[in-house]
Amino acid sequence: MTENVDQGAHDERIKQTSKLRDWLIRPELGAACGTILVFVFFLMIARDTGMFAPDGIRNWMIVAAQFAIIATGACLLMIAGEFDLSIGSMIGFSGIVIAILSVQVGLPMWLAIIGAFVVAMAIGAFNGFLVIRTGLPSFIVTLASLYILRGLTIWLSILTTNRTIISGVGQAGEGDWLGIAFGGVAFQGLFQWFADVGILATYATGTRAGQPLVAGVPMMIIWAIVLIVFAHLLLTRTRFGNWIYAAGGNAQAARYAGVPVNRVKILMFMFTAFCATVFAAAQVMEFGSAAADRGMLKELEAIICVVIGGALLTGGYGSVVGAAMGALIFGIVQQGLYFAGAESSLFRVFLGVILLMGVILNTYIRQIITGEK
Amino acid sequence: MSEPIIELRGIEKHFGPVIALAGVSLGVHPGECHCLLGDNGAGKSTFIKVMSGVHQPTKGEIRFEGAPMRFGDPREAIAAGISTVYQDLAMIPLMSVARNFFMGNEPQKRVMGIPFFDHDHANRVTMQEMARLGIRLRGPDQAVGTLSGGERQTVAIARAAYFGAKVLILDEPTSALGVRQTSNVLATIDAVRKRGVAVVFITHNVRHAHAVGDRFTVLNRGKTLGTASRGEITPEQLQDMMAGGEELAELEGSLGGTV
Repeated sequence: MTENVDQGAHDERIKQTSKLRDWLIRPELGAACGTILVFVFFLMIARDTGMFAPDGIRNWMIVAAQFAIIATGACLLMIAGEFDLSIGSMIGFSGIVIAILSVQVGLPMWLAIIGAFVVAMAIGAFNGFLVIRTGLPSFIVTLASLYILRGLTIWLSILTTNRTIISGVGQAGEGDWLGIAFGGVAFQGLFQWFADVGILATYATGTRAGQPLVAGVPMMIIWAIVLIVFAHLLLTRTRFGNWIYAAGGNAQAARYAGVPVNRVKILMFMFTAFCATVFAAAQVMEFGSAAADRGMLKELEAIICVVIGGALLTGGYGSVVGAAMGALIFGIVQQGLYFAGAESSLFRVFLGVILLMGVILNTYIRQIITGEK
Repeated sequence: MSEPIIELRGIEKHFGPVIALAGVSLGVHPGECHCLLGDNGAGKSTFIKVMSGVHQPTKGEIRFEGAPMRFGDPREAIAAGISTVYQDLAMIPLMSVARNFFMGNEPQKRVMGIPFFDHDHANRVTMQEMARLGIRLRGPDQAVGTLSGGERQTVAIARAAYFGAKVLILDEPTSALGVRQTSNVLATIDAVRKRGVAVVFITHNVRHAHAVGDRFTVLNRGKTLGTASRGEITPEQLQDMMAGGEELAELEGSLGGTV
């Protein structure tokens, strides 16, 4: 430990730091650089491929939004000091629950969706409760949930329909208000106007002639934006946000200061389950079907987004905006490689490389924050 | 002297077959610094955990402001005005000084009916309190990790006093510190005591205790060996009581009186 000898009024041992350095230690730095980098890169190699045409943009924005929705939940949970490896299984599970309740049981779509949210958040709360009560690492507890939920999803699906894909959700949800809130598109009027004044290309022939190529903003993207803004404000601008940082920074110190750490952690597990169900509902409404194998590996991709976004795996530090940028990077790269005609397996190579870079950068940043460097 | 603000009588605490505390009594007055001395394993930690509501005593009585009291958990004790500053768990290094200072007591302001963390107020108060303690910050958003150990203890003590602690329990605040840092922490303890806060100062360093203590209670093997006021007892006598006397005297002889 270094002794800070002079603590008087003129402390020559505190170096004045530049604004640049202050900005460098922001958690979003890496993700911001990465976002600019991939944008420039794909602007150069894939500009003529339609990637940056309106429907191309919609495509990678949807992918980015999917990543962002689950990364938002994973981000707050990781800052609160816990992991959830069951996010991917939860996506499959919630989707199947929506399909069974609406198609098989015949409930109205809105009730089926709310039902899935209730069940998922109850499971999230149970995950959190187990972690708190047993004191085991959430890594292990939710690894168990990963398998239990995936198994249950396949079993439930086969039990009720004899197959692992339940279709007919589209017809069951026709015109349902909550179904539209997940599977519809927003700002249709605006986009039609864009088409009418010629900003947006239209279908030239067929039944949809005259309609814009992009009908509006898919609800998946709206949900992603709403969740990012909510989580960011919650984390940085509220009392509860301070508790999230404290619970992840040092749970025991937070408890001694009167922070209800257990409640914070359990609520964050529930929020993660909520985000997974938003993902599932939007996906089910978009495809018109649910499949038991949906969401595979999504938990790891969410964690990668969060880490690229500057969060520490050990908790107590991170940024929702950073995680959202991590999700944007993924969306652009996954679709960009496709547009550029590259081998899609390269996406995984990219995932691994960027994860490694993110973690190394974060370790360095933490040392700066805590004054080790 | 006035009535003690907190008084513990005949406190016993058993963990299964282990008797950690076998009848400890202690009273602290407002504005007094009461030092609790004892060697490792004497029961100091268990005793302060009983005082701060972490443990419930197996036997014995706690009186707070004249009335019998039983704390179910630390939050109840904090709400009543008993704050504890733990050696390693005072602050969270990755969080800013302002966020740490207001941890668990976040100020709020409403914007369109939604309660938000009042960062302006928190930052202003933090800078003001730090200036008063002589800790120079680059800004309220500087991480606690960049503060020295002594500064962290100082901030934690100031925080407890700022939020109206009537009884302040300090768990070995000086044991990991250098000389200069120790004097800073001791000066802060003195300042807090003068504001009328009852301070319980746990330490095994007799010299630190003697620098600020008004009264001294020595714990040994889960029992109080006695309480003495300042002036009634020399540091050497305290040292002997802590270690159980004779053996240490022999050791000290062989080491030339340096312990």
